[in-house]
Amino acid sequence: MSSEATLWPTMAHPPRFLRSAWPWRCLAYLVTTPLFALAGWLAVLPTFVLVGLPVGRWERWRLRLIHPAGVTDPHNVPEPGRRVWLRTRLREGATWRELGYALCLLTVLPALDLLALAVLGVCLVLLAMPLLVVAGDNAELRLGEHLVDTFGEATAFSLLAMLPLTTLTVYGLCVLAGAQAAFARSLLEPTRAELDRRVRDLAHSRDRLVAAFEAERRRIERDLHDGAQQQLALLSMSLGLAARELGPDSGRAGELVADAHRQARLAQSGVRELVRGIHPQLLTDHGLAAAVEELAERCPIPMELDIRLGERPSAPVESTAYFVVSEAVGNAVRHAAAGRITVSGERRAGSLVLTVVDDGRGGADLARGSGLQGLSDRAAVLDGRLAVLSPVGGPTSVRVELPWLCG
Amino acid sequence: MALRIVVAEDSVLMRAGLVGLLEAFGHTVPAAVGDAVALPAAVAEHGPDLVLTDVRMPPGNTDDGLRAAVALRDAHPGLAVLVLSQHAATAYAAELLGPAGRGGVGYLLKDRIGEVSEFADAVVRVAAGETVIDPDVVRQLLTRQRVVDPLDALTPREREVLTLMAEGRANASIARELVVGDAAVAKHIGNIFAKLGLTGGEDGHRRVLAVLSYLRR
Repeated sequence: MSSEATLWPTMAHPPRFLRSAWPWRCLAYLVTTPLFALAGWLAVLPTFVLVGLPVGRWERWRLRLIHPAGVTDPHNVPEPGRRVWLRTRLREGATWRELGYALCLLTVLPALDLLALAVLGVCLVLLAMPLLVVAGDNAELRLGEHLVDTFGEATAFSLLAMLPLTTLTVYGLCVLAGAQAAFARSLLEPTRAELDRRVRDLAHSRDRLVAAFEAERRRIERDLHDGAQQQLALLSMSLGLAARELGPDSGRAGELVADAHRQARLAQSGVRELVRGIHPQLLTDHGLAAAVEELAERCPIPMELDIRLGERPSAPVESTAYFVVSEAVGNAVRHAAAGRITVSGERRAGSLVLTVVDDGRGGADLARGSGLQGLSDRAAVLDGRLAVLSPVGGPTSVRVELPWLCG
Repeated sequence: MALRIVVAEDSVLMRAGLVGLLEAFGHTVPAAVGDAVALPAAVAEHGPDLVLTDVRMPPGNTDDGLRAAVALRDAHPGLAVLVLSQHAATAYAAELLGPAGRGGVGYLLKDRIGEVSEFADAVVRVAAGETVIDPDVVRQLLTRQRVVDPLDALTPREREVLTLMAEGRANASIARELVVGDAAVAKHIGNIFAKLGLTGGEDGHRRVLAVLSYLRR
């Protein structure tokens, strides 16, 4: 067999052909075709699958024509990295729904819409019949046996037949657009299950944020206690010793040391107030009733307390409850011109219920008071509820209900 | 009066500072420990006149020091205990004063170590069996706003006497502070007890306890 020989001439001599390598070569060629095709498909398929992604994004944007509020993106935000991105997308139901939608968009939908638009076009042309007749462009219309070709007839036809028909067609088109948009939304929006999962994820991340926030407060409190507070106490002690060394009649130096000593004392009480505001140690050590008792001792308005809890609720509940009371008392002192504040707390069927009532001028609003709003959010994280009842003229009542145990 | 004092404080710097301060006033410190677990052992080993302890200490880093102090007062009825705290919270003072030991007891803010002479004085008084409560804690109790304030019935001078009583001062000390005679102080105290409906006018720990628990009501 010569290397220049080709397939066709060789086939003309069957005995030689069948003994040659040609049948094998042909067979090999045919077998490799599907293999190569498979490889090609495997290379193209991901891209093909992903066609839905840009289509989906574009279509969600275009859907604003029908749904001005916008349509939510159903995709998750993947971790960085191309591979991870691809894997995330391929595992999402949304990717495949978008692909399905893209196929519809490339086939059925434009045909349907063009057909509908064509009907509208015909209606409009017929509606314009009188104008066409006047233009004299040999315009005529045959209705059964009758030929419409005068301006009067054309106008009558246009007004009596085509106007209602065109209106009806426009309505039909709008119904079609609405239905098509609903179909698109059903495929391009997150499903109920996807939304549920997203809500769950958000709730979890909110829990983590609140826990981190609480841990951070405690860390700052601890750092201040172990750091600045100790150092200031030592500084104050050194200055006290210095003053003692200098003795009572030490002139200018004695004055300066006394001055520095006074400033150190001020700094100490400043830091102590700061620490109390961040997280009162008494709350950790002795619980809610003791911490509120201390609040009452420093409150410039008489406070009546009736907190009967028995045992202690979990720490985040205690902490949130304390800050609600603290904020409500602070508001009563600052804004309400109250004459007395009553704080009551009790355990009621697995819940901690706390009420802070002041006899001030009222008018507090959960929506406007950012402090209370923040606490309402904190209560919500624990599956609790904060309610503020504050008619103008008073009294103001802040009630918080938190689950006894959590976390 | 040279005392033997065991110090418990977790901050190394503060511990060194306290030891230095106590030694500057002629006391000796046989042991200075860093947590509430080592404290009872050090007391058992050295049998000091007085224990000076921080409230917040390891292992729990909450009020371990205070609880150790309460336990020590219980276990060694004659032992004097002085507690240093960062918090002017009366609940801590009340917890410390609650069990009646025979030894002296004190609750001072850490700020007080800056007033070195007053602090040294408080150390000696507690070691001598007196009860010492931080003036800030007492002020907080006395200035507490009440709807019906029984303290309104007191004269300004009686309020001053009540304040010093709550801080743990004995009659003689109150008389010195206010520059009046012992008899005048005794008369004021009688009036205060009558107006507030308190019973038991005897000197010392029980009187402080009665006054503080009255003020905390």
